[in-house]
Amino acid sequence: MAKNNKKADTHHEVSAMKKIIKHKLFIPIVFLMFLLLINIFIKPGFLRISLGKDSSGNPVLIGNIINILNNATELVILAIGMTLVTSSSKGQDISVGSTIAIVGGVIMRVICGNETQPTRLMAPIIVALILGCLAGMACGAFNGILVAKFNIQPMVATLILFTAGRSIGSMAMGGLKPKAVASFGYYGNFIPGFPIPTPIIITIVVVAITFLVLKKTNLGLYTRAVGINDKSSRLNGLSPARIKFLTYVIMGFCVGIAGFVQSSRVQTVNPYTIVPGIEMDAILAVALGGNSLGGGTLNMAGSIIGAYTIQTLTSMLTTLNVNTNAVPVFKAVIIIILVAIQTPTVKKFFSSKVPLSKLATNNGKERG
Amino acid sequence: MQNILLTMKNIYKSFPGVRALQNVDFTLCEGEIHALMGENGAGKSTLIKVLTGVYSKDAGEIHIKGVDKPINVKSPQEAHKLGISTVYQEISLCPNLTVTENLFIGRNEDLLVNWKKCNKKAESILESLKIPAKPGQQLSNCSIAVQQMVAIARAVDMDCKVLILDEPTSSLDEQEVAKLFSLMRELKSRGVGIIFVTHFLEQMYEICDKVTVLRGGELVGEYQVSELPMVELVAKMMGKELGDLANIQNKGKLNAESSKEIIVEAEGLASDRGIKPFDFKAHKGEVTGFAGLLGSGRSECVRAIFGADRVIKGRLKIKGEEASITSPLKAMKKGIGYLPEDRQRDGIIGDLSVRDNIILALQTMRGFFRPFTKSQAQAFAEEYINILGIKTASADTPVSSLSGGNQQKVILARWLLTHPDYLILDEPTRGIDIGTKVEIQRLVLKLASEGMSITFISSEIEEMLRTCSRLIVMRDLQVVGELEGDDMTQDKIMYTIAGVSK
Repeated sequence: MAKNNKKADTHHEVSAMKKIIKHKLFIPIVFLMFLLLINIFIKPGFLRISLGKDSSGNPVLIGNIINILNNATELVILAIGMTLVTSSSKGQDISVGSTIAIVGGVIMRVICGNETQPTRLMAPIIVALILGCLAGMACGAFNGILVAKFNIQPMVATLILFTAGRSIGSMAMGGLKPKAVASFGYYGNFIPGFPIPTPIIITIVVVAITFLVLKKTNLGLYTRAVGINDKSSRLNGLSPARIKFLTYVIMGFCVGIAGFVQSSRVQTVNPYTIVPGIEMDAILAVALGGNSLGGGTLNMAGSIIGAYTIQTLTSMLTTLNVNTNAVPVFKAVIIIILVAIQTPTVKKFFSSKVPLSKLATNNGKERG
Repeated sequence: MQNILLTMKNIYKSFPGVRALQNVDFTLCEGEIHALMGENGAGKSTLIKVLTGVYSKDAGEIHIKGVDKPINVKSPQEAHKLGISTVYQEISLCPNLTVTENLFIGRNEDLLVNWKKCNKKAESILESLKIPAKPGQQLSNCSIAVQQMVAIARAVDMDCKVLILDEPTSSLDEQEVAKLFSLMRELKSRGVGIIFVTHFLEQMYEICDKVTVLRGGELVGEYQVSELPMVELVAKMMGKELGDLANIQNKGKLNAESSKEIIVEAEGLASDRGIKPFDFKAHKGEVTGFAGLLGSGRSECVRAIFGADRVIKGRLKIKGEEASITSPLKAMKKGIGYLPEDRQRDGIIGDLSVRDNIILALQTMRGFFRPFTKSQAQAFAEEYINILGIKTASADTPVSSLSGGNQQKVILARWLLTHPDYLILDEPTRGIDIGTKVEIQRLVLKLASEGMSITFISSEIEEMLRTCSRLIVMRDLQVVGELEGDDMTQDKIMYTIAGVSK
């Protein structure tokens, strides 16, 4: 009897464990925790947050965590769009970095006009924001039409703007390199008197809107359905082309917001060097979040955690004084490991070794 | 007496749980076009795959002319070397290469290729077989028929003695079929033995000398085409002896007295999938059926009604009102549901949960901005899991991990949840166990008695006789008749399919 009870107990524990391990956010969170632990280890004061003053004497929050949250803004916002695009179209938008250059160009042109050192805003910032988002959405719509209507592979379709985007951005600014007035910098830095970096607030708002939209609409269900089986989705009354198009337009909107924050950080835009390689980081964030790059999954929280993981990694490499030029190598190594862990080959290898997951698959079979 | 080219004797092949071939014999002579016919699951493709080395046989012997001992084909490459070539329905050439490159690629052991010489050779091959293509033309610029001919030319040029054509005419129009047939006749005159797998009866009668019929993995027989009337062929494929079946019990008549209210009416409807314009009516509380052999256009008809294929002609009235159905969503909003033929490809959304699969159709009808709450969705899913007895660990389980029968029930649940006035079930019982089959048939009759109009399509004639009160009979993408009441017998169906009035 006693023995039986013990058996039941362990079984219970095992299934609780299994539930945690099987949770879709388990691996992303473990990655992030792992990196944070390393950071704490190499830099004891890592978690400390203090209230300091900036050059003009305004109160600002200072700390590594604040920096990571602040700097991850663009990546988090892009990862949200990339997750949707990946899920619906089974491919990625590699043009996001270049389209940020377009958005940045449009925004600078709007608020600086034709001057290189304007002394005032040439248009209200809200107008710049709206036009920036519209520019991003137009780029998204262009990609979306190529992917959804002409059935071009996402990577090929978005290669066009990837190639041309930065030049278009430069053209949008009329070839000038203007520097906007300081008040435009509030959105990429601090609003005087408010100690939390504005990008963090913007991130919170965007993430909140994202989850609200996912809750209040069928975006998630439709995107996944189309990504898994578009033939079947069509017979259920969905329009796969329209849904794919929609996700690309949303991606464009995210680019608009990210471009706005980015150009506000230094109040100037160099289209040729702005956010280099961010498209790859965004794709990586999606993969780290436990999403299949082959489409059909939609783990939004995972992607967001993935984006912060990448920012933490970048910050860690800086702390370790890794040469800026060598950072991509380290990133690449970690990417390979993280992606390999999620491949079917490795998963299969582990499930044949680990009795826990073996138990899980057997259970599933019996019931099915 | 013709020279025997190929014999297959007592071939056995089983897969886990299925006996795909049992004691099948097959003989092919030189200069003969030999049809291989049978319904789905009859074992045609398994036999071909055993012959070409894709599968290894469990038992039996294969002899080919020119080799003294029984051959053991281990791979398609080996089959090639023995002179057995296959041309599949889907072209397995490289569309981005030229005709010449496609003819010679992978055949030259030398490192250097004299393309000039190859081009000349290609030209003479194309000319001798009267294939309307130029050597330097890119293959993708040729029509499907010509691409197929190039594939055949490649096989023939590789000294093939046995040419297998697996459903080559499915994607061809009439003129292209005629061209293909003249090429086949040319090869026949050269002594090539051709195995022609098809489900088009008329084409078989036009081109073939002999026919071997398979059913359920067993050999039914080998016949001279000229001595086998079409109606007998149909009977053999369906596995029914004529006359034996007059006394079958027809339980489907319980709802023969259905009301006269018309739910769906099609007039001269035709879609881009090649069906000839057809008329169709479905009454309230009636179970209708589309009968016909595989590929006769049963699914295409219902797909046109549901808006799944593009309708190019005709009119559709729903409850007396003219309806323009250009997409499945429009059909759904008019109260039509459609359970598709291919469950894996068109039915389930594999990685989505059972719950999401069940609510999907109703959800799309409700609209993008009005998602069900999780508890609403869960309640719907649980309700139908109970009603239909779907065996699943939970509503959260991905539908792909369920058994075939349970997956089918999930899709059935999806459409029942939308409470359609007219429900189309295209092969709802294919590939599922007998218990579930009976359950589904009972459900169909119950739903009809509650007033739903249902179209039930099945390859198993008995099933349709049991459930349907009216049958539309099809052959070669055309409606050839309609049977009702006492006329609904196996014999009548077969005669109608074969086009014999009796």
